[in-house]
Parts: sequence; C-alpha cells; structure tokens
Amino acid sequence: MTELTQEHATDSKAWSQDFIKGMTEEGESLSEINPESGPLGGSAAKAHSHGGDSHGGGVGVPDSSRAGRLTSYKLADFPAITGREEDWRFTPLKRLRGLDRVGIKGQEINGPAPLVEFSSPDAVSVETVGRDDVRIGSAGIPEDRVAAAAWEHFSEATIVTLPANYEGTIDDITTLTLTGQGDAPAAAHVVIEAKQFATGVVVLDHRGTAVLSENVEVLVGDGANLTVVSIQDWNDDAVHASAQHIKVGRDAKVKHVVINLGGNLLRTTPSARYTSTGGDVEMLGLYFADAGQHLEQRLFVDHSTKHCKSRVTYKGALQGDSAHAVWIGDVLIRAEAEGTDTYELNRNLILTRGARADSVPNLEIETGLIEGAGHASATGRFDDEQLFYLQTRGIEESVARRLVVRGFLNEVIQQIRVPALEERLRESVERELAATPV
Amino acid sequence: MSTLEIKDLHVSITTEQGTKAILKGVSLTIKTGETHAIMGPNGSGKSTLASTIAGHPRYNVDSGTITLDGEDVLAMTVDQRARAGLFLAMQYPVEIPGVTMTNFLRTAKTAIEGEAPKLRTWTKDVKAAMAQLRIEPEFAERNVNEGFSGGEKKRHEILQLELLHPKFAVLDETDSGLDVDALKVVSEGVNRAIDAGGLGTILITHYTRILRYIKPDFVHVFVDGSIAEQGGPELADRLEAEGYDRYQVAETASA
Repeated sequence: MTELTQEHATDSKAWSQDFIKGMTEEGESLSEINPESGPLGGSAAKAHSHGGDSHGGGVGVPDSSRAGRLTSYKLADFPAITGREEDWRFTPLKRLRGLDRVGIKGQEINGPAPLVEFSSPDAVSVETVGRDDVRIGSAGIPEDRVAAAAWEHFSEATIVTLPANYEGTIDDITTLTLTGQGDAPAAAHVVIEAKQFATGVVVLDHRGTAVLSENVEVLVGDGANLTVVSIQDWNDDAVHASAQHIKVGRDAKVKHVVINLGGNLLRTTPSARYTSTGGDVEMLGLYFADAGQHLEQRLFVDHSTKHCKSRVTYKGALQGDSAHAVWIGDVLIRAEAEGTDTYELNRNLILTRGARADSVPNLEIETGLIEGAGHASATGRFDDEQLFYLQTRGIEESVARRLVVRGFLNEVIQQIRVPALEERLRESVERELAATPV
Repeated sequence: MSTLEIKDLHVSITTEQGTKAILKGVSLTIKTGETHAIMGPNGSGKSTLASTIAGHPRYNVDSGTITLDGEDVLAMTVDQRARAGLFLAMQYPVEIPGVTMTNFLRTAKTAIEGEAPKLRTWTKDVKAAMAQLRIEPEFAERNVNEGFSGGEKKRHEILQLELLHPKFAVLDETDSGLDVDALKVVSEGVNRAIDAGGLGTILITHYTRILRYIKPDFVHVFVDGSIAEQGGPELADRLEAEGYDRYQVAETASA
C-alpha cells in the first residue's frame, strides 16, 4: 500500500477570519492589534518556520508542508538519499553504515536483530510474532527510506499489550531490553498497544552494539494513559535509526520520552497522530552528545482532529569535539483541527568548544480557531565566564559543570515521573559528565 | 587577623595586537577589619587588580606576588582562592541558566565551609539576608542572575558576600549603574558585613559617591597601572572636589 498524503491547498480565507489566540513565539504575542496583513498575521505566518532553508518568502503557499511528505511501506517508493533533502540535510550519511542504501548495489539489512528480553507485570502480554500479524501496521507508515527498509525486512516483531482497563502503576512497569548483536545492518519492529482505558508504562532499553533501523508503533486506545520511554544507551560504535509512530485515540493520553545517550549516530523520529478528539500528547526528550556523537531528534505532531493537545519539551547537553545534536520539531495544525493547543520547546546547552546544536521548530497552522500554538528554541553555552563565576564562589570546575548540567536536564527528568528511571537517568547524566574531555 | 599582601604586581593581557601591560608594579597590604578604596579613571587597572586577585585566566601575572597570611595566592586555582577566604563581587555578574539561586548558594556555602550547612538555620539565614537586601523571596527559585536587572545582580553579589563570610572581599565597581536607593541598600549590606567583623574590604570605584555610605580607612588612587597617590579618607574628599585631573590623564576620552 502506497499513500502519498495530499498537500494541503492554501486557503487564505481561514486566515482572514480570525486571529490565533494565545499564539506566542519566544515572548512575542500575537494579539488583535496585529492585522491580518501585518508581518505577524496573514498568510506569511501560515507557512511559519524558523531556520529551515527550504522555506521561502512565505506569502500564500505553505511551501514544503510537512503534510506533503511521502509515506510508504515500500522501500522502492523512496528514492536514494542524497543528503540534500530537508529530511536528511543534517545527517552524516556516511556514518549510517549502509542503512540509507539498502537495496542499492547489493546493500542488505539482514543482520541478526537485537535480542529482546523483557520483564513485565502478569497482566501485560509480551509476544514475539511473525511479519504477517494483523496488528503490525496499525499505528503508522514509514516516512523515510531507512524506516521503510526496516519495515520491508524485519523478520519478527515484539508486541506488548496492556489489556483494556489495566491499571499499571509507575512502579509496575514493562521493560523490553533490546541488546544489539553486532554491526551487521539489522531491522527491528516493536508494537506497543494500550487498549481502551489501560494505564501503564513501557520502557524500551536499547544497549550493546548495533547498526539498526527500527520501527516502533505505539497505539493508545480510547481513554488510555500510556507512557513509553525509549532509552538509547548503546555502545559508542552503534548506529540506530528509530521511527516511532504514535497513534492517539479519543480522550487518550500518551507521554512519549526519548533518551539519547550512547551511540555513534542516533536518529530518532517520533511522530504523533490523533484519531479522534480529546487526545493529549506529551513528548519529552533528553540527549547528551559527547565528542564525535551525532544525536538527531526529528519530531512531528500532526493535529488533524479537534480539541487535541500537544506539548513537546526536548533538552540536550553537548560536550566535546564535533559533538552534534539536531532537533527538528514539526507541528502541523490542519484546517479541521480546531481547538488545538500546542507548544514545543527545545533547549540546548553547549558545554565545550567544538560542539554544535541545530534546533529548528516548524509550526504550520491552517486554522485560526485554535486555543494556542507556540514554540521556543534556544541554545546556550556554558562558557569560561560562567565557570569563573562559580569558581570564585569556591565551587570546583567539575562540580560547577555538574551543577549547571544537572539543573538544566533535571527539568526533563522530573517530568518523566517514573522513579526507577529517574534515578537511572540521573546516574547516566553523571556518567556522561564524568567523561568530560579536558 | 589575616593579611592580604600584594607586592610589586605586574600584570598583562594578551590581545590580538600582542601583549599589553596593565598593572605596572602595584603594592598593597590589607588587613582584616580595614576598608581600602581603590579609585582611578577608566583604564587605570582597577578591575584588572580585582580579577587578578580572584584568578581570572585572562590576566597573566608577569612578576610580583599575592599572599594571604603568607600563602601564595597566585599558585591557587580560582576555587581554592575562594575557599581560602577571598571573595570577588563582580562588576558584571554572569547569568547561569538551569541553576537556581537556592541551589547555587547552598553549593557555594558547602564548598567554602567544606560541609553542607544545616538546612534549617541556613534557610533562615538566606531568607533574612535576602529580606535585608530587599530581594523578593521569589528570586530564590530563579536561575542565577538570569533576567535580573543590573541592581538586582549587584544586590545578589552582596547577598553572597554576607552569606559566605570571606576574609577579604573585593568589590569591583559594585556601585556602578545603581540608583541612589539601590546604592543605599547595597552599601548597608557591605557595612553589615564589615561590622560583623573579620572582613578586609577592597572597594573599587570610579566615583566617590559610594564613599558617602561606606567609609574607607585608606584611599589609593590608580593611574596607568600603578598607585599614584594614597592616603586616608580625606583623599576621597579631595578627589570629589577636583576629579582625576591633577594626575594629568585625559579622562574625557575614556569616560
């Protein structure tokens, strides 16, 4: 099945009707004093974007709308990646170790999939199933070539099911540990489903060495409340592309957390879609890029139904030579998604010279009848003057660095609200800090 | 009684144009209980002295010594100097995102004392010190200096002075940019620290205004990297009346 999502036609009438109430952008408030024809209103704001070099003048047509991106289960539908695509322009393709070239010049993706071990409460089922299981493909469709390659080639999938009305607590969590089996390109597939009114926490814990393309489907049934935490704490040589497709039911709530710590190249692409009204998506992310690491996070929240909410908070610290973090936050509010309430935030803290963070929030708004829409992005630097200041108060350099990073990342860690994980993440951050290059 | 002794200090910085000498032989002895005002026109090296005492990496000490009760200060790292009892109130305090004032103050106190302060008394001390400096309680939860006004930053410098109890405090143009009300509040804080005893103060200022509120025992006039004149408080009065003109420096160019 191939599906090319329709590019949304421009309808400037929607804009002339109303203002976007409560839209804020880095302290800038749109209010009724901004006329539709002004620089903050009107069609110029419709294709609103920052930092994207593919975006033009912005009058009229929403150029390169996220809605227009190709989605397909078939690898053959995707052209070869050149690195010039908006979607790939930050990724060092050479370091993907072939994941981008599957099917080209004999490149295969048939290495052993990660070993899956699990611990779970009795009521939660964890199964290993074949490709033909009907539940596969219910939450999303690959949006890039690497994800499609995995979809076409995985041999077995792991399915986690929280039964209807299941009430898991924050101490009663399901953990899948996926241990990489070496550096031959491999494919993996995971489906996590919370049935109607189920509540619980599922953790994906990636470790070991792998060159892996993975699809994760997250299905959140009506009225369910699911937390999914995906931890990427691989060995230094690992390469991991993970497309995480989230489908949110009516009045359902999902908290999706991405923790990117270990690996040579991590590319995590979570996308959230709503099937009905009242859905609530909270996306949290924490990453810590060390020397030589490329950690890329690309998010997409597709508001296509009324009265849904999304909150995105990603924070990252970077240290060491050529440490690189990329955060792209695409939010699309379609014309029919009236009453949408969305806000996304990305903050980066650069601890040493030689590290680089790219942060690009993109907000496309096709209706003015929304509760609120905003974004904020900032990259700060822990510089010599800050260090000097803390040292003049008696604080040693290593403690000073920790103080700053802990404070910075704690904001995300606290919001995960799974005690066992919070503890582990604090330790992981300490470990990353201990590896500070001098 | 402690003594901070600066002997024949020569300091330079490295710029794109090469090495530039800033301090050209400064000698100064300060004992706890004394307040020394260091005055001088812009570019005379006052702030360089402050930064050099604290150990800012930008400044190269070419010769001379700084000792604290005979201990070689120049051999200490920045944080060691602070733990030895030196404090610098900065002219331009730095913003530290992600670290709340509460967390920062407690960490600094722990570092300087070598052990964590007792929570109950510490919280009480911080609250009282904040109230005296007319700092709103909400500042405790804000990130260090982030979004603070110039006056708020200076009050927080003095807050730290009062809470950390150093042996010697260098106040680098703490008065600059303050309106009269803020200047009074800040000066009261410095006077409280002085009156508490055991503190030697080096008050660096361009103007004589702050000396109406904080009375120096000694006044040193810096001109072009060395001390041109020194004396008692009467020297400050004379500077107030005559300015720096008689040291034959072109003030207007840099003011």
